[in-house]
Amino acid sequence: MSNQTYTVIFYLFAALTVFSAAFVVLTRNVLYSAFSLLFTFFGIAALYVFLSADFIAVTQVVVYVGGILVLLLFGVMFTNSIMNPGQKSEVFNIIPGLVIFAGVIGTLLYTFFNTQGWRTPAEPLQGSIVERIGFETMSRYVLPFEMVSILLLASLIGAAFLARFDKTGK
Amino acid sequence: MSTTALSQFSMPFLMGNGLNSWSEALVGFNLLGLPLGLIILAAIPLVFIALYSLTYGVYGERKISAFMQDRLGPMEVGKWGILQTLADILKLIQKEDIVPTSADKFLFVIGPGILFVGSFLAYAVLPFSPAFIGASLNVGLYYAIAIVAIEVVGILAAGWGSNNKWSLYGAIRSVAQIVSYEIPAAIALLCGAMMAGTLDMQQINVLQSGAYGFAHFFLFQSPIAWLPFLIYFIASLAEVNRAPFDIPEAESELVAGYFTEYSGMKFAVIFLAEYGSMFMVSAIISVVFLGGWNSPLPNLGSFALNDWTNGPVWGAFWMIMKGFFFIFIQMWLRWTLPRLRVDQLMYLCWKVLTPFAFISFVLTAIWEIYVP
Repeated sequence: MSNQTYTVIFYLFAALTVFSAAFVVLTRNVLYSAFSLLFTFFGIAALYVFLSADFIAVTQVVVYVGGILVLLLFGVMFTNSIMNPGQKSEVFNIIPGLVIFAGVIGTLLYTFFNTQGWRTPAEPLQGSIVERIGFETMSRYVLPFEMVSILLLASLIGAAFLARFDKTGK
Repeated sequence: MSTTALSQFSMPFLMGNGLNSWSEALVGFNLLGLPLGLIILAAIPLVFIALYSLTYGVYGERKISAFMQDRLGPMEVGKWGILQTLADILKLIQKEDIVPTSADKFLFVIGPGILFVGSFLAYAVLPFSPAFIGASLNVGLYYAIAIVAIEVVGILAAGWGSNNKWSLYGAIRSVAQIVSYEIPAAIALLCGAMMAGTLDMQQINVLQSGAYGFAHFFLFQSPIAWLPFLIYFIASLAEVNRAPFDIPEAESELVAGYFTEYSGMKFAVIFLAEYGSMFMVSAIISVVFLGGWNSPLPNLGSFALNDWTNGPVWGAFWMIMKGFFFIFIQMWLRWTLPRLRVDQLMYLCWKVLTPFAFISFVLTAIWEIYVP
């Protein structure tokens, strides 16, 4: 595949990500923003692929599309006005929002143009990255890994406790 | 392995016989500077889905269900009703494309599309033959598990966009079912990945080839492998909403579930997506546990059956036949077993399949570590 093709595909995915993310923010329909997030997450996964981070790309799809997006959609659909498709969100705090937006964009651009010496590895990545991730997780980063698993277990137990059917109160 | 297999069965395309040689030849094919080969590469599974749904999917299912119930099935159009599916397609194309007035137009239209894309994306990593795979990813198996999530969004879009309570209930049931059954399915596949030591679908197949045919398949390589195999098969039935897990489209309760309001070509696209994911899960289970494109026949002395029946073209044959075999079992179960209730469904997933998946995971890990 030629370099030109890669460039075209990259800009396609970049445009998809940016425009769908803008749509998430700008649309007034809550459900449309939730569905638009699908394209944002998918576009970001594609951008990860361009960074040779295919494992992270697939994890992005699992966690964000399979988990968070479905949860969001369920949350929106289980609200009381479920059969009211015209559910709208209002626009609040235009001035502070614009200030924060300009600040974040300015900081990012400043950092981007003033950071010297982007490091690139001497040799491009070869072979399967999955093995490396497995070894690192189970050796150097085993403590953070276990801590995260305990945190997740605690949150699972907490969720089950909160969602438990209360027999006495009914 | 596959390169040494009989070369006289190779395709006459000057594409060679090596691993992924056909797909790599296609990737390099440019016409007027446009990457036409990439489009052809993506179009081959698409054409395959369409052809197989038309013949085996629709006509085959009607005939199989008819024979199981001691009926004849479609008999009028053509000999044995062979042309029935063509007549049905003609009818579907002619039908008026109805969008309900109170439906959410955009979600209603885009729903079947997202659904089909979700089931089609997994075909990128299915190794159809030693020489053909859409994309030989390092993370192929993981990708195949992950991409089902997009189908979930499509079902929700279709169900909510229809603005119909049956559609919405069907969609919510379907999503709850798919999201829950992903867990035992993923853990069961992880057992296969542990036995292979890789997530590359093509490598998983290469590791299962050998002179003794079926004896090299992962299902027969470890005494525990039948457990994740069964768990994945049951969970995959639920993931594609087939009976006995078809409560999202339970016709006695929900009319037709999330596609109640659909008609004409949109209905056809939803069905194409369902048949697409049926073959997808069947192909994944045959790749991980039953050797994918490897021939099951062993070499018997001077009858080198395994060598004679391996190679790119034979590989495609075995892959598709194994997929069709599991689709046949799916159809068989559909006409045999009654539908589960919602609570039985969740009971089966969380209290039966998930614990057994964990048990098989631990046992497979012990076997892989301590038994060479």
